[in-house]
Amino acid sequence: MSAVGPGTGDRAWGDAQSVLEPLGPEAELIADLTWVLFIGGGIIFLATMLLLAVAIRGGDGPRRILGSRRFILWAGVAFPVVVLSALLVGTLRVSAALDNRPMGAEPLKIEVIGRQFWWEVRYPGTLPSGGIVTANEIHIPVGREVELRVSAGDVYHSLWIPTLHGKIDMVPGRTNTLRLRAARPGVVRGQCTEFCGAQHALMAFYVVAETPDGYERWLERHRLPAAEPVDEFLATGRKVFAAAGCGGCHAVRGTEWDARIGPDLTHVGSRLSLAAGTLDNHRGTLGGWIAGVQDLKPGANMPSYNAVLDGRELRAVSAWLESLR
Amino acid sequence: MTPPADPLSPDAPLPNPLPRPEGEVEKLKEIWKTPFGWRFPTVVNNNWIGVLYVGTALLFFVLAGILALVMRLQLAVPGNAILDHETYNQFFTTHGTIMMFLFAVPAMEAMGVYLLPAMLAARDLPFPRLSAYAYWAYLIGGLFFFGSLFFGLAPNTGWYMYPPLTSKPYSPGINADFWLLGIGFIEISAIAGAIEIIVGILRNRAPGMTLARMPLFCWAMLVFAAMIVFAFPAIIWATILLELERAFDWPFFLPDRGGDPLLWQHLFWFFGHPEVYIIFLPAAGMVSMIIPTMARTPLVGYGLVAMALVATGFLSFGLWVHHMYTTGIPQLSLSFFSSASFAVTVPTGVQVFAWLATLAVGRRVTLNVPTLYMLGFLFIFVLGGLTGVMVAVVPFDWQAHDTYFIVAHLHYVLIGGMVFPLLGALYYWAPTAGRKLSDRLGRWSFWLLFGGINLTFFPMHLSGLRGMPRRVYTYPSGMGLEWPNLISSIGAFVAAVGVACVVVDLLRNFRMETGGGGGGNPWSAGTLEWLPNDTYAARSIPRVHGREPLWENPRLTEEVEQGRHFLPGTVTGRRETIVTSPVAAVPQYVQVIPGPSWAHVVAAAGTAGLFTMLTIQLVWLALAFGALAVLATLWWLWTGTDYGPLRDDAEIGGGLRVPVYLAGPDSTAWWAMIVLLLVDGTVFACLLFTHGFLWLVNPEGWPPPGTPLPHAVWPLFSAMGYTGSAVLLWLADRALGHGRAGVILPAVLLALPLLLLGFGADLWGYWSAGLRPTTHSFASSVYANLFWQGLHAAIVFVMALYLAARRLAGMVDPVRRVTFDCVRLFWLYAATQGLAGLVLTHLVPHALR
Repeated sequence: MSAVGPGTGDRAWGDAQSVLEPLGPEAELIADLTWVLFIGGGIIFLATMLLLAVAIRGGDGPRRILGSRRFILWAGVAFPVVVLSALLVGTLRVSAALDNRPMGAEPLKIEVIGRQFWWEVRYPGTLPSGGIVTANEIHIPVGREVELRVSAGDVYHSLWIPTLHGKIDMVPGRTNTLRLRAARPGVVRGQCTEFCGAQHALMAFYVVAETPDGYERWLERHRLPAAEPVDEFLATGRKVFAAAGCGGCHAVRGTEWDARIGPDLTHVGSRLSLAAGTLDNHRGTLGGWIAGVQDLKPGANMPSYNAVLDGRELRAVSAWLESLR
Repeated sequence: MTPPADPLSPDAPLPNPLPRPEGEVEKLKEIWKTPFGWRFPTVVNNNWIGVLYVGTALLFFVLAGILALVMRLQLAVPGNAILDHETYNQFFTTHGTIMMFLFAVPAMEAMGVYLLPAMLAARDLPFPRLSAYAYWAYLIGGLFFFGSLFFGLAPNTGWYMYPPLTSKPYSPGINADFWLLGIGFIEISAIAGAIEIIVGILRNRAPGMTLARMPLFCWAMLVFAAMIVFAFPAIIWATILLELERAFDWPFFLPDRGGDPLLWQHLFWFFGHPEVYIIFLPAAGMVSMIIPTMARTPLVGYGLVAMALVATGFLSFGLWVHHMYTTGIPQLSLSFFSSASFAVTVPTGVQVFAWLATLAVGRRVTLNVPTLYMLGFLFIFVLGGLTGVMVAVVPFDWQAHDTYFIVAHLHYVLIGGMVFPLLGALYYWAPTAGRKLSDRLGRWSFWLLFGGINLTFFPMHLSGLRGMPRRVYTYPSGMGLEWPNLISSIGAFVAAVGVACVVVDLLRNFRMETGGGGGGNPWSAGTLEWLPNDTYAARSIPRVHGREPLWENPRLTEEVEQGRHFLPGTVTGRRETIVTSPVAAVPQYVQVIPGPSWAHVVAAAGTAGLFTMLTIQLVWLALAFGALAVLATLWWLWTGTDYGPLRDDAEIGGGLRVPVYLAGPDSTAWWAMIVLLLVDGTVFACLLFTHGFLWLVNPEGWPPPGTPLPHAVWPLFSAMGYTGSAVLLWLADRALGHGRAGVILPAVLLALPLLLLGFGADLWGYWSAGLRPTTHSFASSVYANLFWQGLHAAIVFVMALYLAARRLAGMVDPVRRVTFDCVRLFWLYAATQGLAGLVLTHLVPHALR
């Protein structure tokens, strides 16, 4: 197997997935808390080791102080009770801040459904017929409250965007919510953090935080149905798609295909990555992916098409998919 | 029976006079002789079983460690291809499972089995065949479980086995069954060990060793075993439910039919969190033994530390939700479990500072190998404890959960809190078996391990915060994960060399010198395991007046060797040990204990066969093995328990005359049965919880509208059956108390059909009404209760026939009644549980309607 995963090619965005580089106020609160915990814990650790050193190698005076029941009670009971009580109050305040932030406008509601091994993302109410459906990419406007309503399509998954907030589990049979906000534009990475089977490792996604205008433009474009083929080659690609039965699993809005087993491909050409953050997205990777799903991401629920499609068909269908922007 | 003066008082003369009769020691040696050659598997003596047990646990430690090394190779660089995803997933699952179930818990039980009798100065634990059975079941089952890796059939869904990923639709292969059944029988082995340890510690202490004089390792093992009793039932019940779901499609965890996957998480972590302390507490107990010896001073704050052990045991049952912070549980509950998680650091802090205080009060320690391991333990464990406080903080855990930060935290806690103390303990206690291990290899192993472990796991804090989730077989470059991972991989190999040093040292230098009297007392320790030791433990059983008898009475070793303390020989000509009262440790009777036998070995093989054949779906063969296990167990019980009074009361020294047989609430058998029933009752509590939980997640009705329910006559019949059989047993007990043994046979033969009727009527009621277990979680929960009742009915069936046979063979009478008492206790429990099950499944839904 060759090296897979993004971050290996040239690209215009980073692979920010660090708790310590927050992009939004929620993650920032937690990052601040993290530093407090680290520094506090580090001091306590060093102090304890210092006491240990004194206990085994110190002078008689200091050792006499350490060697008493009273010392055990001060260091082992009184000190932790005081420090932990303070910490408890502090963390409850952070929890409360994360929970009850004053809401501005009505939050933007986005539904994310975890599936083996990709993410379905829905924008309810954005179309008369329901909403835009996309995959492995969440677009949000900067500054606006976003409510992610997460659920599981099969087994447990867990949605984690460390630069924006902590993780929230996708529990089969339940819906959980996570409220977050991006403070400035950027593209950050998220990943599944609840082991969900064979390709749990290759189940990532991107969050694109855009200016409100940029977000609106994105929304506008995605409201449109799939683009019609503009030349013969692309039309061939569409025919290959039909003949190979791709529509049995995938939806392409504006066509006869509306299955919901695999990702919605209406605007697949506009996405940053393929196969849930596994590959960069362009004509070449599209072709490679379709031909070799089971080599690139063995255990994914899509078969490899290398035995079904010949080279020309593969090129055509990839070109057509790339044109769906 | 009360002797004129208190023979346990320090002022009383030594219990037995000199000179000792001719041939007394030779007789002891003869009776306690170890079977060698092809009979070796029949060995039951705790010294041998303990050493085999520790050795096997270390074998699994090395095997699971090798898996970890291969995983670290795979993760050394991004996008590596040494392991494919499937193999990696099997490796991380078996690594975790083996380390928890086949290494950590058994290693601690093993150290208990090996050390406790010597520390308590008991000849052996009260049920040596039970320990041996637990060992063989563990060995066979463990090897079978590990073997699944070679066929690509090892479980591949994580050691915590969350459904629905582990349910049939998403895990159709038998990999998950390997986990469920393989672990099923480690559970049996753990509980067998726990019963042995609890009864042994409470009833087999040396005369005068009150609870307050008991070595802290014994306190730790007592809490450890008690925690197994209350924690393992949750995982037993959970594995039963999941296996029922997988095998018969009973929907407990599938939301489309009223199940809930969170039910598994609650049951699993109700076991899983105490499990961590189950592993840590015995290690803490070891530290509390080793540090005082090295500092040549009693532990500062003995009472505080004993309280801390008990408090940790209690608190650990209130923390399980801290593994579930991200599941969407309401903030208020999270705050509660967060503060409970903070609270558990207090008893741990008490212990850490008690060790520090002891080091400060005593002489300045020399840095020998056990001491090095103690200091390494303090360093690694304190660091792991502090990151533990961090992840108890809810918002931080939302980020850290299921990332490499947790991998770092848990390895710091478990390696620091368990592996280092265990290795220190091996170096410390090896001389009790034969001779010291190598100082040179010991030092090498320590420094390599200490460096390697920190090198491996410290960078993982960073890789976790930089976004690396757990349980991934590969990761991309460009996220800042390359260096931390490479360093971790190098560290893992450094640590592996350290482990290799320990293994080489053990192979070269560990000796079992049975009869050789051990390797003396090289550390000048103060507790009884350092008395000259043979398979029969000490030559005579010392009278104890304090916590460090060897320090308090420098002549004790000599006195014990001369046979001047209690029971210097044998009074029945069989293996025997003194049973003392639970608190004050006053001798109550001499218990005859069984010697070598094949019965429990065959029973263990049968149990192993039953579970393994079920796993690979050879049902008939499984049943044959099950029958073999039952027959062998009966053979074992028939030949190895309830000997009756072999002779009149015997003097054990100091004018103390005690019986050599005792029935009733003071007998060890009674205590063991009560502990078993506590396990059983806790499983039933989990059953109640399951029913209640599923009811709560089904707001549309419980039972859901339209569920077919039985006519009231069936539960009524059932209740009459259960009650009738219980009343008969109670009457039989009273009659036996009045000396009328003739009533046993008719009572049992009448009560048995009544109990079976109780079960059958309830089952038939539901079945004839048309309720089927596959339809909805209500139905599956009802049938789960019936399954559990049926299992009890079957056990009572076998017990009743066994009791009848014993009676016919003239082995049950008003004096010799231990078998009757044990059967009666279990029977009454089964009937009561049956009635409680009826209330749960019939009355509660009606009352709620």
